[in-house]
Amino acid sequence: MAGRYRDGVPVVELRGAVALLGNFPALAGVDLTVESGEVVLLRGPNGAGKTTLLRLCAGLVRPESGSVEVLGHDLVRERRSVRRRVALLGHATGLYDDLTVNQNVRFWTRAAGLSAVEAIERTASALLRMGLSERLLGQPVHTLSAGQRRRASLAALVVRRPGLWLLDEPHASLDQSGRDVVDGLVGDAVAAGATVLVSSHELERVAGLGPRVVTISGGVVVDDTGPAVGGGSRV
Amino acid sequence: MSEVRRFLGDAGLVAARDLRIEFRSRVVVGQVVPFALLVLVLFGFALDADHRTLRMFASGLFWVAVLLSALLAVHRSAALELSDGTLDALRMSGLPPAALFLGKATAVFVQLMLLEVVLLGGLLVLYGVQVVDPMLLLVSGLLAGVAVAAAGTLYGALASGLGVRETLLPILLLPVLAPVLIGATRAFDDALGSVAVDGWAWTGLLAVAALIATVVGALVHGVLIED
Repeated sequence: MAGRYRDGVPVVELRGAVALLGNFPALAGVDLTVESGEVVLLRGPNGAGKTTLLRLCAGLVRPESGSVEVLGHDLVRERRSVRRRVALLGHATGLYDDLTVNQNVRFWTRAAGLSAVEAIERTASALLRMGLSERLLGQPVHTLSAGQRRRASLAALVVRRPGLWLLDEPHASLDQSGRDVVDGLVGDAVAAGATVLVSSHELERVAGLGPRVVTISGGVVVDDTGPAVGGGSRV
Repeated sequence: MSEVRRFLGDAGLVAARDLRIEFRSRVVVGQVVPFALLVLVLFGFALDADHRTLRMFASGLFWVAVLLSALLAVHRSAALELSDGTLDALRMSGLPPAALFLGKATAVFVQLMLLEVVLLGGLLVLYGVQVVDPMLLLVSGLLAGVAVAAAGTLYGALASGLGVRETLLPILLLPVLAPVLIGATRAFDDALGSVAVDGWAWTGLLAVAALIATVVGALVHGVLIED
């Protein structure tokens, strides 16, 4: 299942990656290779460096040393070539409070370079996929619950159909049906050939995807055991 | 050609978004414009002047009111990109930083034009001024608006990046806008017939300031939002 990315290079390749948050080395020399179509579960205690690793792969954190290549591009020199093909779901939603759900998702769809017609089609489809009711679409984001905002945030990423998903605690703030939607979303993405790096403390949920488990502690990879959690089958 | 169209489309997308947010939140209409009018009225009280004195200083008071109010609009514009991860989302979107800059500056410019129109009405009603050269008034008002919007957007991004936007922005921005204040005041002096100066020469200075602020802003905005 795990193949090579189009031009024959891994989707993510980190070599001795060091990243600082202020003066603190959040990543202290990470080596990690992720092949196309893999689901990688990042686990580790709070402060281990999982979020920084995901942000590094998104090009939002600059490596202090080492090399970082994503989708075959050097992230220091070619960030813009990579970013439109990567989706990062972080702790924040990336939504404008005063715009409606529909306006937010459509804006991000257009910002991703899609035409107005495509934006309308994909926005409708993504909002439906995320289980957001018709009534919510015209509401300003600041009137939504945390879970509804999370769903809208995911919809804004789904429309871009990225090749690499970076998910930081994707089940946070979501109720049971929302968590099921996220699981389905990840399954669909993998089935479509995307690669997923997910940081989650909810190991049972991610186990169903049969991920390769990578444990991080103190800013370095301490264990890379392959598909081991719960013995679930890959989607 | 298609690259240029795409670039302008991206800038238009950002401008439309900022204006839509402003339309929904009504911060400029409900807070910035009343603030500007209040400044104009308070100047009148402070000077305790008859209409002749107010007319003499009307241009300077107008542009001080515009600049103080512009600080609020610029701060609001910069703050949009600091809420709930929107700046990270913009970086991830792949929008060209120059298009982002031009879009945001355009939205601020539109708001400043609204502000200028309302304040001009205030000058006509409260200070009893008369417009003797409408074309000069229009051109200098537009060019000064471009310069303030472009410099404001640039320094708004700079102050946001430094994390001290609310307190530092006026200190950073107002000295930079001093030439615009002087040029716009002189041009308006001529347009309103209050002082005999060559308003069109000062309008040339405004054009240079607008051009420099726009070009520099478009070139360095990427660095400011990335680092």
